[in-house]
Amino acid sequence: MSEIYKGIKPTRRNFLRGAAASGAALAGGTTMVNAEADPLITEKQPWSQYLGAGVDEAPYGMPSKFEAHVRRQDVPWLTADPISSINFTPLHELDGIITPNGLCFERHHGGVAEIAPQDYRLMINGLVDRELVFTMEDLMRFPRENHVYFLECAANTGMEWAGSQLNGCQFTHGMIHNVMYTGIPLKLLLAEAGVKTTGKWLLPEGADASGMTRSIPMEKAMDDCLVAFKMNGEALRAEQGYPVRLVVPGWEGNMWVKWLRRIEVGDQPWHHREETSKYTDLLSNGQARRFTWEMDAKSVITSPSPQKPITHGPGPMVLTGVAWSGRGTIPRVDVTLDGGITWNEARMSGPSLDKSMHRFYYDFNWDGKPLLLQSRAHDSTGYMQPTKDQLRSVRGENSIYHNNSIQTWAVDEQGVAENVEIS
Amino acid sequence: MSKFLKILAPAGAGAASVMTMAYVLADQFVVDVPAPARGLWVQPATAQETPTPEAVQTADAGDTAVVPMGVLGIGRPALPEEVAAWDIDVRPDGVGLPAGSGDVWTGEEVFVEKCAACHGDFGEAVGRWPVLAGGQGTLADEDPVKTIGSYWPYLSTVYDYVNRAMPFGEAQSLEPDEIYAITAYLLYVNDLVEDDFTLSNENFLEVDMPNADNFFMDDRAETEMPLFASADACMENCKESVEITMHASILDVTPQSQDDDAPEEEAAMEAASEETVVAEATVEEAVVEETPAEAALDPALVAAGEDAFRQCKSCHQVGEGAVNRTGPQLNGVVGRTVGSVEGFRYSRVFEEALEAGDVWSEDHLAAYLTDPRGAMPGTKMAFRGVRSPEEITALTAYLKSFSSE
Repeated sequence: MSEIYKGIKPTRRNFLRGAAASGAALAGGTTMVNAEADPLITEKQPWSQYLGAGVDEAPYGMPSKFEAHVRRQDVPWLTADPISSINFTPLHELDGIITPNGLCFERHHGGVAEIAPQDYRLMINGLVDRELVFTMEDLMRFPRENHVYFLECAANTGMEWAGSQLNGCQFTHGMIHNVMYTGIPLKLLLAEAGVKTTGKWLLPEGADASGMTRSIPMEKAMDDCLVAFKMNGEALRAEQGYPVRLVVPGWEGNMWVKWLRRIEVGDQPWHHREETSKYTDLLSNGQARRFTWEMDAKSVITSPSPQKPITHGPGPMVLTGVAWSGRGTIPRVDVTLDGGITWNEARMSGPSLDKSMHRFYYDFNWDGKPLLLQSRAHDSTGYMQPTKDQLRSVRGENSIYHNNSIQTWAVDEQGVAENVEIS
Repeated sequence: MSKFLKILAPAGAGAASVMTMAYVLADQFVVDVPAPARGLWVQPATAQETPTPEAVQTADAGDTAVVPMGVLGIGRPALPEEVAAWDIDVRPDGVGLPAGSGDVWTGEEVFVEKCAACHGDFGEAVGRWPVLAGGQGTLADEDPVKTIGSYWPYLSTVYDYVNRAMPFGEAQSLEPDEIYAITAYLLYVNDLVEDDFTLSNENFLEVDMPNADNFFMDDRAETEMPLFASADACMENCKESVEITMHASILDVTPQSQDDDAPEEEAAMEAASEETVVAEATVEEAVVEETPAEAALDPALVAAGEDAFRQCKSCHQVGEGAVNRTGPQLNGVVGRTVGSVEGFRYSRVFEEALEAGDVWSEDHLAAYLTDPRGAMPGTKMAFRGVRSPEEITALTAYLKSFSSE
């Protein structure tokens, strides 16, 4: 870690001002006055002298090589193999609310399907007046819309039900991303086929090796669902369902069927594997909730966190995190530094969009003593993010899904953070 | 006349310039004006509901001149055989079940051949693959076991899922009779039918799953939202004291964070990515120059092979301590007799190859990796095949780097 040079060139006036500043600073923090000039400044650096790469070097630009550590990660012991598996968005490294396309977490049940756009077909069948087939070219001729939505896997934070297990917000909370989708309102495609009055449910189906299916009620389909083909301006990544996926705002990520090949209109739900065997919430009495579609309001502090220790010592600092709700916006997030004895309102920053991720900051002066950090989200329905104990008292510890409880990081005097549970 | 022109000319010029400005401005500010037919359907983004129209008249297939009102006329009718090809879903009321049947003992044969490598002979699961049998009565335990018998509410889900997604690696390869047989066998290993049971589309609905009644509709709005209310938020003196009750660092199951050793990791990653670039270049060269098989192993090729081996890792191990898992361990496989790893239960075609003394020559290995079920019909390896000859060359080099000692 490079030393931090602070301080100013000594002139009499500056010296006095600096002394006063150091005096004041020593009372509340640590600032260094440099003894020697920083060679990074006094010596000419190669990047200031020699020419850099030209405009023909990188037709598709990638992050600086100094950011190579910012990437998705997987946890090999979580699944039997990496094909039906998951990796995690590096939340601790990101800011703002937009997840860059290459860092969006992946969850596949049969690996990433590779479909050429000219081979792509979308079928609508079932209780419709006209059973139809569309090509990509057809879809580009429908009116389209733009929306920023979060997509969260219902199993996000699922490993933490029984206790604090994974030491990093990438792993505890990284099954989420937030991008702008460009897509066709699903209701327009359904209108093209003509939904019969008996049509009450949809079955979207994926073209991948898992043939993913979920049942979606007609009210949601006609509300804000999209058939999307762009994320953050460019075509969907293959890992996110290229060339076409379903968008089901605010609802479980599994329902946003990727590599969408078919939509069937029916009069009853299908009760397929991903809405019976999986994605049902087993309670402690042995009964299980089904169709737990909506993602509850949730937040997490991304820095400081185990992968983002405080390295600058006591003094002014920035705490940041993200919050989201499948039922609306996040008008307020509270932050505590003492494990929930005292709470303060955080500063929301950036656009507040329905069913999108929000960014919060808490700027404070660290006294160098241990901290117990938590964030608590309030959504626009008047719902407040619960504690783990509150959630466990309703659900037990085996529901696997929908763990939206408050996350605690313990920070020690060295600035190192750890995932803990507290009383 | 000249007086008239003195007024007319500037007036005309003025009018012309105003009209030019109007044209230019109109062009700048034109919003995408929908064509009349589209006007009904371009709704603002905030609209919540669009009433579904009743078509004035239904367009017959081939009658492209007639487009129902409110519809754009994009796309084409789906042909019945197209719908039949994709409409594979099955519902709890039996809709979607094809004609067919299978009994428990046929199911056992098919299951052992095509499913047991991951799910175990009796559905007990191998390694971390899903368990399919047992667990009845455990749902309220500390560690519930959720299987087809103990948890799944509907049998139709089994048929639908096996048909669309299994075997893992070769989905949609089973015939209806096979799926009925497998489903009958799964009922049997879950103690839900006797061993003389035959399942078909005709008696399918007679089978009730024991846990069907233990699911209920999401009730968080009633049972949770009143408890978790912003109105009840405490801001000060909310607790008397706080203590830590659990530490994640003690469990120590978190993968190494990239940040901790950032400079070393970056250097390693840079080196790795450079190696991959070199490996790709070298692989292309190797194919062109037809490197003889006895040549010393090219480290770049081996590295490319290690990369390619990732698609094998879910079932096969190599290297020190390698054990049989879903597939046999592959140390020393190149040049080894086919089907000869001790302790691994091979399929019949492999047993026959062992008896015949077949050997994994590089050609035989390449043919098998390209098309497993084509080269050795009946193999248990649920894998579609390696995509390119370059990948096979790299894989072969990688596998050669692991001797059987």
